[in-house]
Amino acid sequence: MKDTFSRRSFLKTSALASGGMLIGFNLFNACKSDVEMPVDLSTLNYKDFNAYIKISPEGKVTIYSVNPEIGQGVKTSMPMIIAEELDVAWDDVYVVQAPLDTENYSGQMAGGSQSIRRSWQPLRETGATAKQMLINAAAAQWGVDANTCSAKKGVISNANGDTLGYGDVVEAAAVLDVPEEVTLKDPKDFTIIGQGKANVDMNKIITGKPLFGLDYKEEGMVYAAVLRPPAFGQVLESYDASKAKEIPGVIDVITIGDKARTLLSEGKPNWSVKLSTTDKVVVIGKTTWDVIKGKKEITATWKTDSDLESTEDHDEKLLDLLHGKKFRTRRKDGNVKKAFANADKVLERVYESTFLPHNTMEPMNFFANVTPEKVHLVGPTQTPEAAEGAVAAMLGRSVDDIHVDLTRMGGGFGRRLYNDYVLEAVEISDAIKKPVKMVSTREDDMTTGVYRPASKYKISASIKDGKLTGYHLKEACVNSNMYGLIPNFFPAGALDNYQVDSARLNSNISVGAWRAPYTNFLATAEQSFFDELAEELGVDRVKLHMDLLDNAKNNSEPNIDYSPERLQGVLKMVVEKSNWGKTEEGVYQGLSVYYCHNTHVAEVADVIMENDLPVVKKVTCAIDCGIVVNPLGAMNQAKGGVLDGIGHAMYSDFGFKDGVPLANNFNGYQLIRMTQTPKVDVYFVESNIAPTGLGEPTLPPVGAAVANAIYKATGKRLTKFPYTKYINVEEKIIG
Amino acid sequence: MPTFNLKINKKTHTVEADADTPLLWVLRDHINLVGTKFGCGIGQCGACTVHIDGSATRSCLLQVSQIEGAAITTIEGLSEDGSHPVQQAWKEIDVPQCGYCQSGQIMTASAFLNENSNPTNDDIRNAMNGNICRCASYNSIEEAVKVASEKLS
Repeated sequence: MKDTFSRRSFLKTSALASGGMLIGFNLFNACKSDVEMPVDLSTLNYKDFNAYIKISPEGKVTIYSVNPEIGQGVKTSMPMIIAEELDVAWDDVYVVQAPLDTENYSGQMAGGSQSIRRSWQPLRETGATAKQMLINAAAAQWGVDANTCSAKKGVISNANGDTLGYGDVVEAAAVLDVPEEVTLKDPKDFTIIGQGKANVDMNKIITGKPLFGLDYKEEGMVYAAVLRPPAFGQVLESYDASKAKEIPGVIDVITIGDKARTLLSEGKPNWSVKLSTTDKVVVIGKTTWDVIKGKKEITATWKTDSDLESTEDHDEKLLDLLHGKKFRTRRKDGNVKKAFANADKVLERVYESTFLPHNTMEPMNFFANVTPEKVHLVGPTQTPEAAEGAVAAMLGRSVDDIHVDLTRMGGGFGRRLYNDYVLEAVEISDAIKKPVKMVSTREDDMTTGVYRPASKYKISASIKDGKLTGYHLKEACVNSNMYGLIPNFFPAGALDNYQVDSARLNSNISVGAWRAPYTNFLATAEQSFFDELAEELGVDRVKLHMDLLDNAKNNSEPNIDYSPERLQGVLKMVVEKSNWGKTEEGVYQGLSVYYCHNTHVAEVADVIMENDLPVVKKVTCAIDCGIVVNPLGAMNQAKGGVLDGIGHAMYSDFGFKDGVPLANNFNGYQLIRMTQTPKVDVYFVESNIAPTGLGEPTLPPVGAAVANAIYKATGKRLTKFPYTKYINVEEKIIG
Repeated sequence: MPTFNLKINKKTHTVEADADTPLLWVLRDHINLVGTKFGCGIGQCGACTVHIDGSATRSCLLQVSQIEGAAITTIEGLSEDGSHPVQQAWKEIDVPQCGYCQSGQIMTASAFLNENSNPTNDDIRNAMNGNICRCASYNSIEEAVKVASEKLS
């Protein structure tokens, strides 16, 4: 296919002083017209271009991978796309997370499962453009028309049977004009995309090489542990550090907070998360253990400066909101009120979830070295650009002074979108004038987190003459509400009378994005409700869904953010692959169908009873995410999302008593473990549509698939997370 | 400050550290072996698993003063070059997502397979239950331990 994007706006090339060709390009925005391409690898500048490809005289390709890797696999899948269009052997491709000390990112972040979706087209165009330039150079050398030449696996050939390697023409290609028009491959000719490629950091991971933020060290670096208030609603009053200072490895004990407070009082950074403005006590020491120990020896007095909230208060207030009138209407089609007034029957259910900590396996940490010349930052963040801006604002310096080096991240799940821990590291280094690594413990992470907000949903449906006539969803959520397009998800567009309202409970507990924000519980509420609704209507669960999706298809102005056809596609696929309705006796199945983060997913959970307890044995998952770039990585993401979703639906519980989190480590908080995991079978819909992300979409539906299966197994409808707290087995036995 | 002689990956290291310093931090901060990871500090997650005289042990709970004379093996010493059958199986199955917990998973699996080279699926699931993977790569871990057991037997 001919593609006539103007490549000059986002791509430039240069001949490297050391030989070879360098291509600089921007993924998410155009380059400035006056930017100069570097000719030396040591001066790569990530302000003007956010990605580079080097093609060496030997024909080897190095891709400087740009998006933060949090375990979602983009460090592998994004280079695959370039390599595909450039047409080189994957073995000749090296992937480098841009060199230390020089990198500055532009527009880079990992969140919302958007990396692949947003970079697909520019990555393909860049690869194809480079290939065309190499072909043009070869054609010029042969004196033939470039249209008679082709390239495959790094070798260009012409009609006479002559061949040249990419390396042979790379220097000539580097000085050619960037072509205005290139041909992208037909997806059926893909040889790398769609083939499983192992994680590019594999060897380092399995041999324990330094890779993560916590592994980073520098000469002269000291460690810091931060003592924060034990309860939300408290601030530091005074402290005694004399015992901590007796520890030989403790260098100093200081307080920080002024700089972050000033920044926050100016309304910066513009993050949705509410950050604490208290002073914090910081123990500086020679080793991590010194500062962990030192922190325990601090005697601090805390003063209460706002409400000390408890889970019971949240529950009560959220339910009051849900049953009250203080809503903001997010979408209103037809007249729900009238439909309910005319109904023969109204089905109404409330679904409730808890706060959740992220619990990335690698606790929050960051390296900072604030010097008069520059501010050097190294560590794990999903939003390096935001970190840079916030640090510059906090220190009153130019963003050009701030250099962020990304490390591999031991999980993100949304926690590392917020750079509160980066600001702490910077404030500490600025105070002590030394390079410092701020290290959090598990207890710090779990008790001073940025939590998934507790939320409750009330869903009501009106039924008239055995038909669904109206659907009304109300949300009550702590400090936040569902965003943007979510009200346009299913069943929007499928019903004449449809309304979504939300209400907010203000709290001093910090909340933020957590893997698949809002939908991670909304999907459970909605898809559990539809299961009950089908039963109430006396129609087959699958048919109800197919019919509603037909309605959306037939709606001339549906204004929806999902594809009814693609949802029907995954539904049909999961019915077939899970053997829906045809399982052996003693196996109970639950279905859930959901669209979020641009990807369509359907899941069936198989539950059996063991010792009178429901056990999830298998989950079948059908996914339409367009073209699957890296099936190995995609499979990992999909399975992990399903199991993560089961774990947090079944086991993970988190609450507060007088502002203090009720759990602070894995002895009081359950994450799913191997003996609790079912087998997950994943199937992808074959597609030629541009790819969408997989970091999140398989998680939201599974809570309902499990609840619906447990209902069939036990006769009990579960409406509150975590399910294990509410599975009353005796009731089933007696009933 | 006291000094301790530790046998790590077949080499002797002399470290100066407080007697109560957990082996985890001695490895990471004193000896620069950072493959052993910090996850919880209370022996619940398994990210810090090493071998002490061949047995999988949580290095976050073990004080440096308790282990002089013992043979300590970390992920860096499991093989010279990543060629241990468990490491190879991890690669074959493409287990890691974020990768942070995997050195602990590999150390648990390799010690377990040393004692039981022909495990059932239930044996594997029980043996690996002490190691948390927050990315929930459990299906792949299970499969990789199985593959490794076939390589070993």
